[in-house]
Amino acid sequence: MKFFKNIFFVLLVIPIVFSVNAFASKTDLTVGLQLEPPHLDPTGAAAGAIDQVLYSNVFEGLTRFASDGSIIPGLAKSWDVSSDGTTYTFHLHKGVKYHDGSDMDANDVKFSLDRARAEDTTNAQKALFAGITDVNVIDSHKVQVVLDKPNGNFLFNLAWGDAVIVSEDSIENIKQNPVGTGAFVFDNWVQGDRIELKKNNSYWGAPAKLEKATFKFISDPSAAFAAMMAEDVDVFKSFPAPENLVQFEADSRFKVLIGSNEGETILSTNNKMEPFNNLKVRKALAHAIDRKAIIDGAMFGYGTPIGTHFAPHHPAYVDLTGQSQYDPELSKKLLSEAGFPDGFTTTLKLPPPAYARKGGEIIASQLRDVGINVEISNLEWAQWLEEVFRGKDYGLTIVSHTEPFDIGIYARPEYYFQYDSKEFQKVIEDLTAETNPVQRTSLMKNAQKIIADDYVNGYLFQRAQLSVVNSKVIGMWKNSPTQATDLTAVYWDN
Amino acid sequence: MLEYFFRRVVTLFFTLVFASIIIFVSLEIIPGDPASYMLGINAQEDTVIALKKELGLDKPKFERYLIWVKGMLIGDFGVSYTYRSPVIEMVGERLWVSLPLAIYALLLSTIIALPVGIFAAANRGKILDFSIMGFTQIGIAIPNFWFAMLLVYLFAIILRWFSAGGFAGWEDGIILGLKSLTLPAIALALPQASILARVMRSSLIDILSEDFMKTARAKGLSFKKALISHGIRNALIPVLTIIGLQFSFLMAGAIIIENVFFLPGLGRLIFQSIAQRDIIVVESVIMLLVFSVVLVTFIVDIAYVIVDPRLRSSIL
Repeated sequence: MKFFKNIFFVLLVIPIVFSVNAFASKTDLTVGLQLEPPHLDPTGAAAGAIDQVLYSNVFEGLTRFASDGSIIPGLAKSWDVSSDGTTYTFHLHKGVKYHDGSDMDANDVKFSLDRARAEDTTNAQKALFAGITDVNVIDSHKVQVVLDKPNGNFLFNLAWGDAVIVSEDSIENIKQNPVGTGAFVFDNWVQGDRIELKKNNSYWGAPAKLEKATFKFISDPSAAFAAMMAEDVDVFKSFPAPENLVQFEADSRFKVLIGSNEGETILSTNNKMEPFNNLKVRKALAHAIDRKAIIDGAMFGYGTPIGTHFAPHHPAYVDLTGQSQYDPELSKKLLSEAGFPDGFTTTLKLPPPAYARKGGEIIASQLRDVGINVEISNLEWAQWLEEVFRGKDYGLTIVSHTEPFDIGIYARPEYYFQYDSKEFQKVIEDLTAETNPVQRTSLMKNAQKIIADDYVNGYLFQRAQLSVVNSKVIGMWKNSPTQATDLTAVYWDN
Repeated sequence: MLEYFFRRVVTLFFTLVFASIIIFVSLEIIPGDPASYMLGINAQEDTVIALKKELGLDKPKFERYLIWVKGMLIGDFGVSYTYRSPVIEMVGERLWVSLPLAIYALLLSTIIALPVGIFAAANRGKILDFSIMGFTQIGIAIPNFWFAMLLVYLFAIILRWFSAGGFAGWEDGIILGLKSLTLPAIALALPQASILARVMRSSLIDILSEDFMKTARAKGLSFKKALISHGIRNALIPVLTIIGLQFSFLMAGAIIIENVFFLPGLGRLIFQSIAQRDIIVVESVIMLLVFSVVLVTFIVDIAYVIVDPRLRSSIL
């Protein structure tokens, strides 16, 4: 009898053991991304895909972005700024090790910053480091950075993926085998398919909760939809098909995160070209555009109208959309005042993303309504960079400017929209030198107003950050203050 | 004979030189360069120039052409501008996906098409024949990427039998690898199978009206026996020619299918490399494909002469 009792007991226990196993928390995560990194050196290319895999997961900088876009300490636990604002002394965390076991110290900081600002650097954001005149190692965990003049953006600049701290010993193979200090270690890259990271067990900070993270590259929007629906991927960052989001929202297996990102989408205008060198024409252009129709038609309603080149979630944002509201009659009037009562013909060159191609069709028809005849041509990115961006051979184009806080591009007269305003350039110069937050806010507001008053470009909308996430995954960032997929605090809920 | 062989080698050589010039020139004239692509829209002009120098793109075009050709002569197909890995290694890796996929699809289409074609021919004019022909008509008409999406919807999203795409790799066993290639192979195979079934059917119908078939029947063989031992064997000849031709179609069709199923194959590599202006990869991959086609033709030409003495006398 006892024998049967035992058997009964065992039979009772087995399912419990198995069910405990089944409910043991999942520790691996698969993230879908549309673009694959060209290589794995965040300091050697502009490709957002590199940051999306590696930033803050594998590589870290002296400072870093928090999910709300604010700047918090990274490898530097604190810093002192000299009273004249030109000397920063960073105190580094102790006990930070690279994934190859070597120590991270002040020499690495000097090496990384000197490399990024070198004459022959291939850093895509060289301008971030332009003001640095000297980097001095004080002791093993103290570094002094000297600037030629005060720079209110300096700590912000150091948080970019292009400013992460790398080691001289592993720099040679960084493009294939990145060695950083982060909470995840690079494990494997199957080119064309996926990149795998694993947990760094000797991380200096709060350890990651996931054991393994896999980034899978799925460029086709309908394939992205299928992969998510089939639960092949747990998270899809920047989901490429907004038309499908309703289906995910209705499905309890998923949640849709709608946040903000840094993508100001604008109708870029060639300010040096006839007739766009005439302010009235640019103003007419602005009033001919119905932003709501574009957001609804091209982005399925996801996006926030903007009236200047600034992110609406930024505390210093000024809503200037009223100054360029949709008014086709006013637009026609302005055109005839400018000497174009019958309109004119121009080119609209569109890069591949859906916001540009779909948005371009809508804008073309809106412009036709006021008499501007638009010839659309669709370009690949490489062609766009050559013809429009470098060659400045275009009338109009549509691009999302995804770099954070990038209003400074309007102070570069050689930049592709060729806007040359001494007044604006002065404001940006003052802003860069200013470190007082109140003064900075007022200068930022001023800068936004100047480019809105000059109708430099047609300001369309701020893109929404749309991610689809398995409903059991906790800790994914809703907003995207930089192009990163910070997985350090992500875990599965049971 | 030796002279013929020598003449063919010279032709082969000039074909390759000609192809390399065409490939190089046509890729050089398309606008865009890999350095600007990689550095994006915030980069300064001097950074672009520095990167171009690092990649060797600052050298004159003619010099770059010579470096490329010289490298290929010693088996060095260059290093990818974007990935910075040797092109030959990248191609090798991708072939482990593309080649099995093409073979898998070819096997599938043959296994499906031959019995179906034979069955239709044997039941010529009956309802079965009509419905099979109707289905093959649809099979040819449906674009395979759309069919692929339907397969994914049914088998990955609703039934959850397969994953929606991606490649599991061969390291964890052949079964897993084959499983991830199954839906793509079916999508690729359907139009080919439809064509093949129709060819099989019409070829067999032609054979069935041949005199030797009547003789076979007159000898007392049943229709079935005559069909199997005399009909099908003879009908297979044109079918085999079509199967041979289909292989290159399958490799080409894989470009679209690899994108739908996000497979890391050769097609996707070319697709990505063109977008990123990773010209050296595109040039070398196309050159490799040209080389393999030209080499196969060369071997076939030589083989004909060796096998068939009549040809030998005509060329000498």
